[in-house]
Amino acid sequence: MNGQHGLRTRLTRIGVLLFAGAYFALPIVSSFLFSIKDNQANVWTAKYYTGIVGAEGFWPSLRTSLMMAVLVIGISLALMLPTMLVVHLRHPKVRQLVELVTLLPLVIPPIVLVVGVRTVLGWGPDYFAGTPTAAFLSGIQDTNLPWVLVLTYVVLAMPFTYRSLDAGLRAIDLHTQVEAARNLGAGWGTVLTRIAAPGLRGALLNASFLAFALVIGEYTIASILLFTPFPVWLVALGLDHAQLSVSVSVLSLFLTWLALLSISVIGSRGGRSATLRSV
Amino acid sequence: MTVETVDVASGAGSSGPGLPPVEARHRRRLDPSWLALLPFVGYVLLFFVLPTAAVFWQAFLVTDPVTQASHASLANLTSAATGVYRQGFITSIELAAVSAVVGAVVGTIVAHIVLSMAGGAVRQFVLTASAVFANFGGVPLAFAFIATIGNSGILTQLLSGAFGIDLREDLHLSLYSFAGLVLVYLYFQVPLMMLVIAPALDGMRRQWHEAAASLGASVWQYWRHVAGPALAPSFVAALLLLFANGFAAFATAAALIGGSFPLVTLQIRDVLSGNVLAGQENVGAALGVGMVVVTLVVVAAYAPLQRRAARWSA
Repeated sequence: MNGQHGLRTRLTRIGVLLFAGAYFALPIVSSFLFSIKDNQANVWTAKYYTGIVGAEGFWPSLRTSLMMAVLVIGISLALMLPTMLVVHLRHPKVRQLVELVTLLPLVIPPIVLVVGVRTVLGWGPDYFAGTPTAAFLSGIQDTNLPWVLVLTYVVLAMPFTYRSLDAGLRAIDLHTQVEAARNLGAGWGTVLTRIAAPGLRGALLNASFLAFALVIGEYTIASILLFTPFPVWLVALGLDHAQLSVSVSVLSLFLTWLALLSISVIGSRGGRSATLRSV
Repeated sequence: MTVETVDVASGAGSSGPGLPPVEARHRRRLDPSWLALLPFVGYVLLFFVLPTAAVFWQAFLVTDPVTQASHASLANLTSAATGVYRQGFITSIELAAVSAVVGAVVGTIVAHIVLSMAGGAVRQFVLTASAVFANFGGVPLAFAFIATIGNSGILTQLLSGAFGIDLREDLHLSLYSFAGLVLVYLYFQVPLMMLVIAPALDGMRRQWHEAAASLGASVWQYWRHVAGPALAPSFVAALLLLFANGFAAFATAAALIGGSFPLVTLQIRDVLSGNVLAGQENVGAALGVGMVVVTLVVVAAYAPLQRRAARWSA
C-alpha cells in the first residue's frame, strides 16, 4: 500500500462519514430552524416552545403516557426478573424456551396484535355481558389510564426486557452470589432486592429505558384503539399546528438523548444496550 | 444444594425433631420453583397468545351481513391476497427490502469506518447516537422530515429560494412517495444496522488483515476471501432483522402520509377504522395473518444464519 493510496482511502472514509453525518444532522437542524421560525412575521421566535405547555391536550396526553410508562416498567420487571432468576438458577433447561417465547412478539407486528386485542375486547359485550369478564374488559378501557395499553405494552417490551436482563445475568456470577447470601441466611426476598437487583443495576436501567422509549413513542396500538396518549396527540396537533408539533418532536428527541446518556453514566457497568422498534 | 444444611444449622429454633430426611424435603422444594414461572406463562397466554389466536380465528370467519351468522371460509384470505391488498403486500415488501438492503450496506460501511479509525470517545458517541436514532422512529421522525423536505420544509425552501431548485420537479424527490419513505426509513434502519453489526465487526481479528496482507492479499482480496465470508452470516441475519423492522413499521408512514398509500399496515388501519366497505373487518385479520406469514418466512431464514454467525463471534 503506497502513501497516495492511503491518503485516498482516508479521504474516501472522511467523505462517507461527512455524508452520513449530514444525513443525520440535517433533519434535526432543519426541525429546529422550522420550530423557531415565525412564517407570518418572518422573524425568529421561541413561541413554539413556550406554547407547548399551554397547547390543548398536552398535559392529559403526556400524563397518560408517563403513567403508562411507569406501570409498564414496573409490571415488566416484576414479571420478568423473578421468572428469569428462577430460570437461570433452577431451571436452565427451559431457558431457551423462555427466550423463544419472549421473542415471539417480534414476529407479530403491533398492527396485527391490535387486531386481536380489539377482537378480544369486543367479546365482552358480545359473549360475556353481565359477567366479571365483561366488567374487566370494559374496566381496562379507561380513557385517562388505558390499562389495556399497559398490559399490551408489557408484551411488546418483553423481547427487550428479556435481552437486557439476560445480558446482565450472564455478566455476573449470580449463582455464587445467591448461594453465598442463602448460606448467610438471606431469604428469597432479600436475595431479590439486595443481591440480584443491585448486581443487575445496569441491565434494569437499560430495560427500563427501552420500555420507557417504547411507551412514550407507541402510536400504532393506541391510535387504533382510539386512545390519546402523547404520540396520538402529537399527530392530531400536527394537522393544525405544524411548527408546534415539530418543536415537540425536537424536544422529545433531546429528552431521549438525555435519558440514554444519563443511563449510560449511572449504569456504566451494565450490559450492552439493545434496541427496540417503536416504528 | 447447600441451602438445606443452612436451614438445619441456623434454624435451630424453628426446625424441631421429626424433620423429614433431607432428600425428601429436597424433592418437595423443587416444585414451588416451577410455580414461580406461572405468572409469566399466564401473562403470555392471556395478553399475547389469546389476541394472536383471535386474529387467526377471525381471519377464517365470514359473517353473513344479513343473517349475522358466521361460518368458516377462506374468502378473507383470498381477498387479502388479491387486488389492492395484493398491491399493498407488494409495496410493503418492496419498501422493507429496499430500506433493509440500503440500510444494511450503508450501516456496515459507516460502522466499519467508525470502529476502525476512531478512538474510544468517538466510538462511544456513535454507538449511543445509533441507539437513540434506532429508537427515534414513529411520529417525531415523520415530523422532522416534514420540517426538512416537506412542502414548506427548511431545505425545500432554501433550495427553491437560493438556487431555484424545486425538490419535487427538478430532483424528483417527494417526501410522500416510495423514494421519500425509503429516505425516511433509512433514518432508523442505518443506526439499527450499526448497532447490530458492531459486535461482528469487533469480532473480526486485526490479525486476519495482517496475515492476509503479509501473504500479499490486496484490500479487495481481503474483503472477498477473508472478511466477507466471516461477516456474511451476521450481515444477512441483520439484513433480515431490518426487513422485519421495515415491514412492520406503521407510525412513521401513518404520520407522513395521511391519505392512501398502498402499504399493508395502512390498509389494516383503514379496514379497522371502517374506511372501507362494511363486513370487511375480517379481511383486516386476514391481512394480519399475511403479515405474520411474511415475517415468519424471514425469521425461519434468520435462525440457521444466527447459529452460523455464532461460530465466528464466539
